[in-house]
Amino acid sequence: MGGQPGVPGALAECVAVSRRFGGFTAVDRVDLAIGPGEVVGLLGANGAGKTTLIRMLLGLLPASAGQVRLFGGPPSRPARRRLGYVPQGLGLYDDLTPAENLAFTAAVFGTGRAAAGGGPSAGGRPGADGRPSADGAEVGPAGAVREYGRELVGDLPLGVQRRVAFAAALQHHPDLLILDEPTSGVDPLARARLWETIAAAAAAGAGVLVTTHYLDEAEECGRLVIMADGRVVAEGSAAEITGGRRVSVVEAGSWAAALDALEAAGLPAALAGRTLRVPGAGPAEVARALGAVPARVSEAPATLEERFFELTLPAAQ
Amino acid sequence: MTGGPPVDGGGTVGSGGAAGDWPPVGGAAGGPGWWGTERVSVRYGRRLALDQVTFQARPGQVSAVVGGDGAGRSTLLRCLGGALAPSSGTVRRPPRRDVGYLPASSGIYPDLTVAENLAFRAAAYQLPAAVAAERSAAFLARAGLTAARDRLAGRLSGGMRQKLGVIAAMLTSPALLVLDEPTTGVDPVSRADLWSLIARAAADGAAVVVATSYLDEAERAAHVLVLDAGSQLAVGTPDQIVAAMPGQLRVSDTPPSDADRPYAWRRAGRWRIWDPGGAAVGPPAQPDLQDAVTVGILGRELAAARAGGLAGTAPRAGER
Repeated sequence: MGGQPGVPGALAECVAVSRRFGGFTAVDRVDLAIGPGEVVGLLGANGAGKTTLIRMLLGLLPASAGQVRLFGGPPSRPARRRLGYVPQGLGLYDDLTPAENLAFTAAVFGTGRAAAGGGPSAGGRPGADGRPSADGAEVGPAGAVREYGRELVGDLPLGVQRRVAFAAALQHHPDLLILDEPTSGVDPLARARLWETIAAAAAAGAGVLVTTHYLDEAEECGRLVIMADGRVVAEGSAAEITGGRRVSVVEAGSWAAALDALEAAGLPAALAGRTLRVPGAGPAEVARALGAVPARVSEAPATLEERFFELTLPAAQ
Repeated sequence: MTGGPPVDGGGTVGSGGAAGDWPPVGGAAGGPGWWGTERVSVRYGRRLALDQVTFQARPGQVSAVVGGDGAGRSTLLRCLGGALAPSSGTVRRPPRRDVGYLPASSGIYPDLTVAENLAFRAAAYQLPAAVAAERSAAFLARAGLTAARDRLAGRLSGGMRQKLGVIAAMLTSPALLVLDEPTTGVDPVSRADLWSLIARAAADGAAVVVATSYLDEAERAAHVLVLDAGSQLAVGTPDQIVAAMPGQLRVSDTPPSDADRPYAWRRAGRWRIWDPGGAAVGPPAQPDLQDAVTVGILGRELAAARAGGLAGTAPRAGER
């Protein structure tokens, strides 16, 4: 691979990037590129290497091998100014108000703006401005800053803190957004609103790299990259990754009895509503395993989550 | 499956039939057909954290409590777990030793190993050593934690810690198992392990109450309570909650018009638009639990905005 840039116009790029900690390889020869206007979902179990990869993209950690490029060069301090980052822990100062948090971040990024209200968006770049909702307030991140301007961030509900963190990451109109589990623990409407903000940023030309543990959110991403044991094990749209895989579906009067029978036969099953889903075994095999347990066995297309397990579990064991 | 439909808020439940295929275990034999709350309210100072919430969890079933941050989930589960006395209303729960409660915060001792955590729990509940050893081994194997038994709990990953917490809570075969957000922030693989443990506990006869912010998990539950801002937004089976959704939903690939915007949200790369009056233009969408819950929260937000005099819009036909 050497020094050949893989993808022309990529905002961020990893070429055969590895990172070792002593004898442990956390990231193993990963290729990844994020282009303008693209939302890329980075999926993987804990320990798969996602956070290590993000730290290298941010320039917080050097690669052991391979090349990391941010806006065509190394992840230098000036390059990092074009980047907006929302870490898992949100990275806010609990003892400051939302407005003070934003003003501080703006000063760090050298945008020199006291962004008391989040500031107007300019130049077609994704900004922190929201759209009006029915209540006349704003559903976007800046609305949170206006609404809760005088309270300390540490006293605010988690959903509001997330909106403030988004506002802080967006206020300097970054070309690239890196979001580490941005929607963990918020209600579905608040989650939808955060995805609206992400999509608006992408529509305005920003590239987005986002990690999530909600596999249903993966549909929001134009492209998915699945990691396991430090390596990329699948890449493509959700439909491409799921492919034509199928699982067996068991409807039993007593799912507990069915679960016991399947487990005894060594077939791991997952509970979905009142049905059991069995990946990796055809209906005939499942029916044999169920034996005398009264049940109806059918087949269904595998979900992304089921395909995810298939891809990542062999690596984990 | 357990017999009979779940009972919606406020009804009386006959004993016996509610227990279904699996009779209550532990000290619950002869107890009520359900555990839960009746019109429970909790005040923190001037703030009403829970407002007259009625909730029933039945033996052999998984019941889910869903809602966003600040909805009151933890407060309700603390009442069920015995960690908090309500300001008013009744909590029906088994004696303390028959309740397994995993709080949202910790539930385990970081300075003890995995095995020591479980041994300590077993000793505290006077579980016979042989039973404790057998159950510990079985649950650790189910959760994929066998190889970690001698590691310090404080050194485990978030997912492993949560699995240990759930195992500790269910080790003593409690009649009521109360799990506060065991899967929040946990990766999908550990999430599947956790649900395997949860399904096992219900299959063994416990009434399991799980708080979660994942609606796909709530779809697996036999009974769901949706909380928003401390009060009940919806209750029933997932199917009942979906069927009770007011109005109609349509799906659009293009962004909504300005008029539709307050009634629209994004999901899976497309737009959902809610029409409270039910006279939707365009192809109607088949809503699922996540859609129904989102509509509930949105309807409340719109109503609250109007009540606060902030409204820029008049209610649509059919909107309450």
